[in-house]
Amino acid sequence: MKQIVMPGDEIDSSIGKPRNGVYKCGDQLYCSQYFGIVQKSEQFVDIVPFSGPYFPRRGDKVIGKIIEVGPSMWTVDINSPYYTLLHMNDTPWRTNAGSIKKFLSTGDYVYAKVMTVNEIKESWITLKDVGLRKLEGGHIASIQAPKVPRIIGKGGSMVNMIKDATETRIVVGQNGLIWVDGEPENVMAAIEAIKVVEREAHTTGLTDRMQKYLEEIKGGKNGNSV
Amino acid sequence: MGTASDIKLIDENGLRIDGRSPTELRPLKIETDVLERADGSAFIEWGGNKILVAVYGPREAYPKHTQDIEKAVVKARYNMSAFSVDERKRPGPDRRSVEISKVISEALSAAVMVEQFPRAQIDVFIEVLQADAGTRIAGLTASSVALAAAGIPMRDMVVGCAAGKVDGKIVLDLGKEEDNFGQADLPMGILAKSGKIVLMQMDGDMSQEEFEQATALIMDATKRIYEIQREALAGKYRALALERSGE
Repeated sequence: MKQIVMPGDEIDSSIGKPRNGVYKCGDQLYCSQYFGIVQKSEQFVDIVPFSGPYFPRRGDKVIGKIIEVGPSMWTVDINSPYYTLLHMNDTPWRTNAGSIKKFLSTGDYVYAKVMTVNEIKESWITLKDVGLRKLEGGHIASIQAPKVPRIIGKGGSMVNMIKDATETRIVVGQNGLIWVDGEPENVMAAIEAIKVVEREAHTTGLTDRMQKYLEEIKGGKNGNSV
Repeated sequence: MGTASDIKLIDENGLRIDGRSPTELRPLKIETDVLERADGSAFIEWGGNKILVAVYGPREAYPKHTQDIEKAVVKARYNMSAFSVDERKRPGPDRRSVEISKVISEALSAAVMVEQFPRAQIDVFIEVLQADAGTRIAGLTASSVALAAAGIPMRDMVVGCAAGKVDGKIVLDLGKEEDNFGQADLPMGILAKSGKIVLMQMDGDMSQEEFEQATALIMDATKRIYEIQREALAGKYRALALERSGE
């Protein structure tokens, strides 16, 4: 069972080098910043909080909602304490200042990459990269940002499993927003599966259990269609 | 405080009016994630106190002039319901609750890693549903649980506890009668691991020895309260993890 820690708990640095979610609380001493679990990787120890806000980091691919259209920029909500900006020159379209509304208007969702973040947490995103686009149709589900790696799984194993089993298209943003597209009942099933993973992210043997869970869904679906 | 009365607050066996020993806490229970919409929440029952705490944020600070370019501001709001006390309390902020909001905000700012969120604010709403002496430290104790549940980075947990002087004796965790008719009340907020004091107020008077004795009582009691905080937070996660690994 994974160890649960509170803010201020000392981290045993003999099992690995402390990395994320810790702070220096003395000479050669590291303490947890979060209420979460201790996660060991090859040589590092991280504290993964059970919940918490998303902070944009350069290179993250996120899902954002357009909340305001300016003359040359969109203001985008990326489920973080701070809004982010998307400039018209950072899109693949030929845009003219003042008429950018026809490309993206308020309420639209985009799959974008964080381009820069400065010291005061102002950030800019871009749509100029492979796979980045406006998300048309589909549903948006929201989970706690620290649990995103668990939804994706090792090399995307978990999300691919859900995609295959529910026959949906899924895009996972690092910020905890997830876009799901497909037949309505499949979308509901996929979101339900995602919620299960989120709820049980801190337990062991989750992949095997999810496999069983998803096979049941698949089996049920085939049974109905026959 | 300081109201003269004939009530005997400590009997000949050294027991208090509610039957507790001088170093005993009132029954304490904390529950987390009681509100769906809040980022983190907690409900505390401490003796007759019933307090609900909701945490929102960090989010961009408004009004804009309250923003700090270097760090987040913790905005705690302590509010007593009209029905929380015997006689109806006039709703809205008054001198007392503004003061308590201020000292709780400052106590929490000492624990929260505010430098990680420039320009942001963290809202902590403390709603006292039923008051029975020691609401500020009960509110503080629950706030720190709610902040941890919201996933906000903190250096340490904040634990609140009070001690006081009743019938000339130093006792822990004053009840309502002891607060009203005792000689001193000393609420304190402490960082659980480091033992640093982040809130301290005193009503009434004590000698230096009495003060030291009271502080020692509080320091000892915060360890017990801290364990309750930990269990309130980790309990259900641990239960689920155990259940799943047992399958």
